[in-house]
Parts: sequence; structure tokens; C-alpha cells
Amino acid sequence: MTGLADALMLGAGWNAALVTIGAALLGGAAGAVGSFLFLRGRALISDAIAHATLPGVGLAFLIMAGLGGDGRNLAGLMAGAAATALLGVLAVEAIGRRTRLTEDAAIGAALSVFFGAGLVILTVIQSLPAGRQAGLEGFLLGATAGMLLHEALIVAIGGAMAVAAVWALRRPMILAAFDPGFATATGWPVRRVDLAMLAVVLAITVIGLKIVGLVLIVALLIIPPAAARFWTERAVGMAAIAGALGAAAGWVGTAISATAPALPTGPIIVLTCAALFAVSLLVAPQRGALAALVRHRLMRRRVLQRQGLLAMARGVPAADPAARAVLRGEGLIDAAGQATAAGRAAAARLMRDEARRALLRRLRPDHPALQSDDGLTPIDALLATDEIADLDRRLMRGAGS
Amino acid sequence: MRTGLAIPPGPELPPAPAEPALVIRDLTVTWGERPALISVDAAFPAGRLSAIIGPNGAGKSTLLKAVLGMVRPLSGRITVAGIPVARARDRIAYVPQRASVDWDFPVRVADVVEMGLWRRLGLLRRAGPAERARVAACLDRVGMAELAGRQIGRLSGGQQQRVFLARALVQEAELILLDEPFAGVDAATERAVIGVLKDLRAEGRTVIVVHHDLATVRDYFDHVLLLNRCSVAEGPVAQAFTADALQQTYGGRLPAAYLGQIGLGGQ
Repeated sequence: MTGLADALMLGAGWNAALVTIGAALLGGAAGAVGSFLFLRGRALISDAIAHATLPGVGLAFLIMAGLGGDGRNLAGLMAGAAATALLGVLAVEAIGRRTRLTEDAAIGAALSVFFGAGLVILTVIQSLPAGRQAGLEGFLLGATAGMLLHEALIVAIGGAMAVAAVWALRRPMILAAFDPGFATATGWPVRRVDLAMLAVVLAITVIGLKIVGLVLIVALLIIPPAAARFWTERAVGMAAIAGALGAAAGWVGTAISATAPALPTGPIIVLTCAALFAVSLLVAPQRGALAALVRHRLMRRRVLQRQGLLAMARGVPAADPAARAVLRGEGLIDAAGQATAAGRAAAARLMRDEARRALLRRLRPDHPALQSDDGLTPIDALLATDEIADLDRRLMRGAGS
Repeated sequence: MRTGLAIPPGPELPPAPAEPALVIRDLTVTWGERPALISVDAAFPAGRLSAIIGPNGAGKSTLLKAVLGMVRPLSGRITVAGIPVARARDRIAYVPQRASVDWDFPVRVADVVEMGLWRRLGLLRRAGPAERARVAACLDRVGMAELAGRQIGRLSGGQQQRVFLARALVQEAELILLDEPFAGVDAATERAVIGVLKDLRAEGRTVIVVHHDLATVRDYFDHVLLLNRCSVAEGPVAQAFTADALQQTYGGRLPAAYLGQIGLGGQ
């Protein structure tokens, strides 16, 4: 465990520290960008972009090696990856716009065709004498072990620029996702905003190739935003939380993989993301699954208690055994099913509330309290004291006559 | 709550400026091979409340979308106060149909209204106290101030409609276009919305509404365009909104009894 603690504190060596910082920056940028892609409903296009980088990596290697240079130059490989990824995006966009095919079909087609072409080119490279040690397969799943300083710097600078671009484009991206008609009507160029967003996604994908690899980069773009959505009701806040979750996943995932050199970095980062997602899904206060379960149980309890008390007021035992269990649990009936003093009082309160509500509905059908009334909360919480007193006077008079 | 119905329309309005707020000439829009609008001409007077009326599929929303640049017309010219519409986007505010929005989107009521200021704020300038005050004032004007922090999907249909009206108000545009603002809303919202629209008219702004309820046309509007792919009739409500023109617009499908109910019988 000291190994992991060291790695988390950047104490596991210069190289591991570099990779950890780089992965955190990449995760943060990917989470922030991915949020807007997610809100636009186009998360999967990032998978097409990622897979379309592979032929570019191979072609760039062949060109650089063919010109007598070092085929493994990272900047050159990234330029090649960006070029074919751009072709891939343009193909998806063109198919989506010019034909009646939906975007998911276009994504599936582009993704597999580009990836297939990339694998063919990689196989060709493997058969070349210069290609054996190229290590290009590291781009598939990420290979951080031998990362160099300038490579880490490319990730850091690229990630920071992507975050800055997302910040600058946040308003048009929110408008394009929320209400594209209004965006157009107020003069925002929605199509260009979409292309700019995809350009930032493409940049993130390319700079992330070395760390998480093209197969898994999509996870960093999709999972943190999906997790962040559980925690907030504001788009900018969601991007910030997704960025923080992505950065944490990058940091922790790289530290874990540094403790066991055989573990590939990309999959560990993705699994860390998934753990953060699972926690968010379960424990988020408003939208989380546990909160929803608790709300549902409380609601059911209130409904059952009301049923039980209404039955008690009619002098019969509640038909639903669950309702009887609730009454028993609250001490409103005793073990024999007979109403206790507290139970009789509660039933009387409920009947008075029902009578007030019915009278209000008859006298003032447009009363605002009836608009917000859910039928379970006592109506007196929604009425002024003089209104309650007035209703009660009328009820008394009605009972007297 | 404003009670707009209490404000009578009509004679006390100042005369409309000679130049119409929105002029449409020879507008043709097609969906593929199917024409949606054919050579429509219209001129909406400045400082007035206008309605666009017609059956389903008559091209009412398409007309708005063409004005707003959301569809590209096959032909035609659109000018706002004499300026080609493409250069007048900042003079137009728009309230979309409720169905066109993703209601689970992570925005709060005040955020939606602030969107009306984003074009002016640009990419980088933050919304300061002055902007927040304007957002709050517009929410107050539509009676939604208390719900400013609520997520947009947790509102009733009428409340959502009012939030979008507040977003249009915050734009302080001369020309306000609304697409079916009264469809599926409660009576309180309808009163609040028409009250605000009449206030806007009193401020000299031009309001154009795609409207479906023939019974309220004469109470709410000054000017009307009857549309069924072509322009059937256009003019002040008193002259253009006749039983004859309505029967042409709706293909003779309106029962005489209904026309009598809305005060257009005996013609």
C-alpha cells in the first residue's frame, strides 16, 4: 500500500509523476468537453473520432520512416491521427446531413471502416524491418511506461487549451444543446458551434492517445459527464464536476497502475471512472438511486398510513396488511389491531383535514392552495390561519344544522 | 398577477408608424418537393399585436422559422424595419413552441432567462449584478420570481411558457415572435401572457403570435394574417377576420354554428 500512497503523492519517481499529472489534466479536460457533447446528445461521435485516429497514426509512421526520420515522433503521429480523425468526423457529418441515415448508423459505419483500415496499416508496418519496435499498438490501449517530458508537456498544454476553449464556447454550446432554434434565431452559428465542439473533442482524443489509448478515450469523454449529471442541475456546474471527476480518475488510475507495471494505464483509469460513476449513481442527493428509493419508501409510507387511518375512521380494519403494519409501527394500533388513543386522534385529524379540503374545493375551487395540494399533506399547511378558522366555523355550522 | 383581459384593445392606441415592423415579400419555402409556403406576402404593422391564423400544416410555424433564419426559403425577401432580416437578428425575440425543448436539461429558470442576454454579453463577459437584476425583473413581470432557482423541467406547462416569455422580454427586442404560446396552458398563464403582450404593445413594440384559438382573436389582436400555404387574407382584425375569409382558410370546414359562437355569424 505504501507504493500506492507514494504514487498518489507523486513520490514514485519522476516519470510516474509526469504521467500522473498528465493523466489528471487529460481527464479534467475530457470530462469538461464531454459534458457538452453529452448534453448535445452526441456522445458516441467521440468513439468514431477515436477509432478514426488509427489509420492516421500508421500512415504518419510510414511517411516519417519513409522520409528517413524517426517514425515514432509523437508530434508527427498526433498530426496523422488528427488528420484521419477529421476525415472521420466529416464523413459522419456528411452522411448525417446528406442522407436519411441517422447519426448512429453513420457513426457505426465510419468507426468500423476507419478502424479496419488502421489495423491493416498496422499489420503492414509490423511486417517491415523498421516496424517491429515501433510500439504503435500502444496507441490502442495506452502505454505510459516510457513517457518522455516533452510528451507529457504536449498533454498538459493541449489539455489546458481544450479547457480554455470549452470555457469560451460554453454559452453557444449550452444554447445549441438546449434550444438550437433559439440559438439560430438570436444569431449564434449553431453549425459552426457544433463543429468547434467536435474539434475540441478531436484534440482531446489525439492528446489522450498516448495515455489511455483510442479504444478507451471515449470512456473519459462520456463517463465523468454521466456521473456529474447526478450531482447538479446546471450545465456549467456539470462541466466543472465532470472535469473534477475526470481529473481524479486520471490521477488515481495512473497511481494505481504505477504500483504494478504490468497493469495498462488506460483500463485502470476507465475502471476508476466507472467506480466514481457507480458512487454518483447511488449516493447523489437529488437524482441518486438511494435518494429515489428513500423518497419512494417515505411516499409509500404516507399513502399507507392515510389509507389505514381512513379505514380506522370508518371503524373497519385496513384491508392492506402493509397499511396495518405501518399503523402498528407508528403505535396507532395495538397488537390486536385496535386503535390506540394516538391512532384515534390521528384519524380525527385526518377526517378534519379531509372535510376542510372538500369544503374549500366547493367554496373556492380556484384557491391557489388547491393547485399545489397533493392530497397527502394537510391542507392547513397551505392556508392562512384566518382561512382555516373560517372553514372550521362553516364546518361547525354545517354540523349543527 | 396582471389581468390582461381587463385592458380593452383598440382606439386609444397611437397611430401605427407608416413603416411596417416586418415585411415579407414573395416567400416560398418547401420541404423537399412539398411546398410549405407559396409566394406569401405580409406586412405586420409596428406597435401592434398581430396573429397568424390557419389550419394545421398551413405553414404558420414555417413562416416564423423563415423569419428567424431557422429554415432557408426557396425565394423571398424578409425585412425588419426596412433592414434585411439577416442583419436584424438582435431586434427579434422568439418564444418557441414548448415541445421543441429538452426539459431534463440541467438549467434553472433564471439560467434560461439569462440566455436572452448571451448574444449581447458575447463569449466571455460574465453576467454581473445589472444583468441579474434584469433577469429578476423579467421573471417578476411574468409572475415567476419565486421559482427562479427551480430546474426547468419541474414546472407546469404554463410556468414553462412564462419562463420563455421572460427570456424574450430580457432581450428588449422591438419585434417579438411567439409560436402557439397559449397551446395547452392554464387560464392563469393565458391571462398573464396576454397581459404582458398588451404591455409590450403599449411600449410601442411589435408582437406577432402564431395562434390557434379563433374565439379569442378579436379580443387579443389588432391585425391578422389568415394563412393556408398562401396568404388568404391580411389586415386589421375588423376587416380581415371575416366568416368568408375563415371558410377560405379552413377549406369550408368550419360549422356555421361555431362561427356564430365566435361572433361571426349572419354573413
